[in-house]
Amino acid sequence: MTAAGWNDAISRVRLHVVTGKGGTGKTTVAAALALALATGGRRILLIEVEGRQGIAQLFDTEPLPYAEQRIASAPGGGEVRALHVDAEAALLEYFTMFYNLGFAGRTLRRMGAIEFATTIAPGLRDVLLTGKVKECVGRTDEHGRHVYDAVVLDAPPTGRIVKFLDVTRAMVDLAKVGPIKGQSEGVVRLLHSGDTAVHLVTLLEEMPARETIDAVGELDGAELRPGVVILNRVRPPRLPARSVTSAADGRVDASRVRDGLAAAGLDLTSDDLDGLVAETVEHAIRVQAEQRARALLAEVDLPILELPESTDGVDIAALYEFAETLVEQGAH
Amino acid sequence: MAPALRIDALIDDPNTHVIVCCGSGGVGKTTTAAAIGVRAAERGRKTVVLTIDPARRLAQSLGLRELGNTPRAVEVDGFEPAGELSAMMLDMRRTFDDMVLAHAGEERAKEVLANPFYKTISTSFSGTQEYMAMEKLGQLAAEGRWDLIVVDTPPSRSALDFLDAPQRMSSALDGRMIKLLTGPARAGGWGVRKVVSAGFGLFAKAVSAIVGGQLLADASAFVQAFDGMFGGFRERARKTYELLRSSGTAFLVVAAPEPDALREASYFVERLSADAMPLAGLVVNRTHPVLALLSGPAALAAADRLDKSGDARLATAVLRLHADRAAVAARESRLVARFTKAHPAVRVVRVPAMPADVHDLAGLREVGDKLS
Repeated sequence: MTAAGWNDAISRVRLHVVTGKGGTGKTTVAAALALALATGGRRILLIEVEGRQGIAQLFDTEPLPYAEQRIASAPGGGEVRALHVDAEAALLEYFTMFYNLGFAGRTLRRMGAIEFATTIAPGLRDVLLTGKVKECVGRTDEHGRHVYDAVVLDAPPTGRIVKFLDVTRAMVDLAKVGPIKGQSEGVVRLLHSGDTAVHLVTLLEEMPARETIDAVGELDGAELRPGVVILNRVRPPRLPARSVTSAADGRVDASRVRDGLAAAGLDLTSDDLDGLVAETVEHAIRVQAEQRARALLAEVDLPILELPESTDGVDIAALYEFAETLVEQGAH
Repeated sequence: MAPALRIDALIDDPNTHVIVCCGSGGVGKTTTAAAIGVRAAERGRKTVVLTIDPARRLAQSLGLRELGNTPRAVEVDGFEPAGELSAMMLDMRRTFDDMVLAHAGEERAKEVLANPFYKTISTSFSGTQEYMAMEKLGQLAAEGRWDLIVVDTPPSRSALDFLDAPQRMSSALDGRMIKLLTGPARAGGWGVRKVVSAGFGLFAKAVSAIVGGQLLADASAFVQAFDGMFGGFRERARKTYELLRSSGTAFLVVAAPEPDALREASYFVERLSADAMPLAGLVVNRTHPVLALLSGPAALAAADRLDKSGDARLATAVLRLHADRAAVAARESRLVARFTKAHPAVRVVRVPAMPADVHDLAGLREVGDKLS
């Protein structure tokens, strides 16, 4: 039984957390999702928190500063802004707001004092990052309307995601009173509410699929809400379904292939024919692995969206195509 | 064309004693390290492989999950190498514990090991894994039991972390900052200008308002107990770093034919060159070369022709899957060519993707064959 697609409950989410095993294309999918959600005239904020400048690389722009800035327009008048959150800058901002440090703060930063503070308490870094995300999600303008219709977070990978979102545990080493404590309570409420969903990006391969299942279990255990599973880099199976098993076993009717090629006007050497057969066998083995991965992922009973492989690599044009594909599958 | 990397030449050279497999996470470093270990042992070297984060099944088949932070001989049916092969999985916490015990008197060591702040930094500090991998390498080299050590490196996004993280960790653990935080009166003794020391006193207050008093107290106690050991830590890290720069060491940069992995590989190659560290070459894993000389467009045109008639469905499918593969192969070639144009002297070997994940000795042998 497959779950239904992107449903209304998910469209009401204000914070879309995007995770996935490293190498599955998390940043690409987060950016495509942001564009999809912005389609039709909305304003979406895309946030990254791992210091990578992945968003800048994807959109082929200069490294992003610690400031929200427009990065793309979406069909229908929508807009995507991007924010690169730097934990040290966030801490400095915090100190300036609550402790009036300002100018001395910059000197301290140069001394490495700010980096030290975020290093000595590993939880502090995560609390600052999620705190900044919450501030963006909840920010309203002078009319009381949310500045952003939704926020997409390019989050840490599946191996670290629950720990990252487990603000309560991160707070253990931090002060029990004071502004950061109060803010973190708001973060906990947001993350565990219907306003947040955690989407998981995967490939149709065994290891990412297994990590996805493990992560869903961990999210459930932590009372965080899984959203959808996004299959990335999906390639079309080319063999007729009934031929896959035998081909994967190495049984390909080479003479039938040769006859077919001849009918198309191709006369290949026997080496090349052997090569085509070998490619066919590999393709079939991969298709079987993909089928097994699909079966595994069906177990978690979450809606599944798909994005195709882009043979020429991912550029901005591909991102817009991916966004359109997501919209067609119901993302809004 | 880039010069070819021949792994056998590297393995068979009696002057090669350490091979370090670097690169960003997820490119197959562990598999590459293990495959080189197997091949080296079968070619007569007394080899040990230090893995960091092996996949479950591979770890099981090589016996890496056995308890213990020391190498164990790899015993698998059908494996009778001319040399020897031992392997282990790094336990960073235990390695850190051992270092503390080695550098402090029993009393001090007990204090440190029981300190909650120590528990945090020995497990979740960024840089600890890299630091401990370096330390373990140093230990294995000092033992003199093997003539070839193959080192896997931690799966961080940045390939450079292996070289940089230990230094970052050293700096963070250096008592200066924490002494400043827990004893603001001492800030004046540093001779910093009044305005900064006033800011620092305020900073100390702000930090202690955020970082709980207990954490600061634990950190302070840790630093006091750790004081004096630190020189030893630094010295050991320096020695291992020197080992990495010696002529018996070879760095292999591992990448996948993807932009991010090759970008990291590029940074790493440049860094090795800047630090005068010995680079053996680049391993590009999981490539998809075409196996038949038929261009993608020609295959597609032929498939279209066959579609019109509607017969020969198998041949049509084969042509289309070949065209897909040709497109992927072309993209991968472009990406690797970009790297080799920027680094023309770097030797390269491409390892075609295996149909299934490598998780046993037979698979490792196949990878080893493809590397040579």
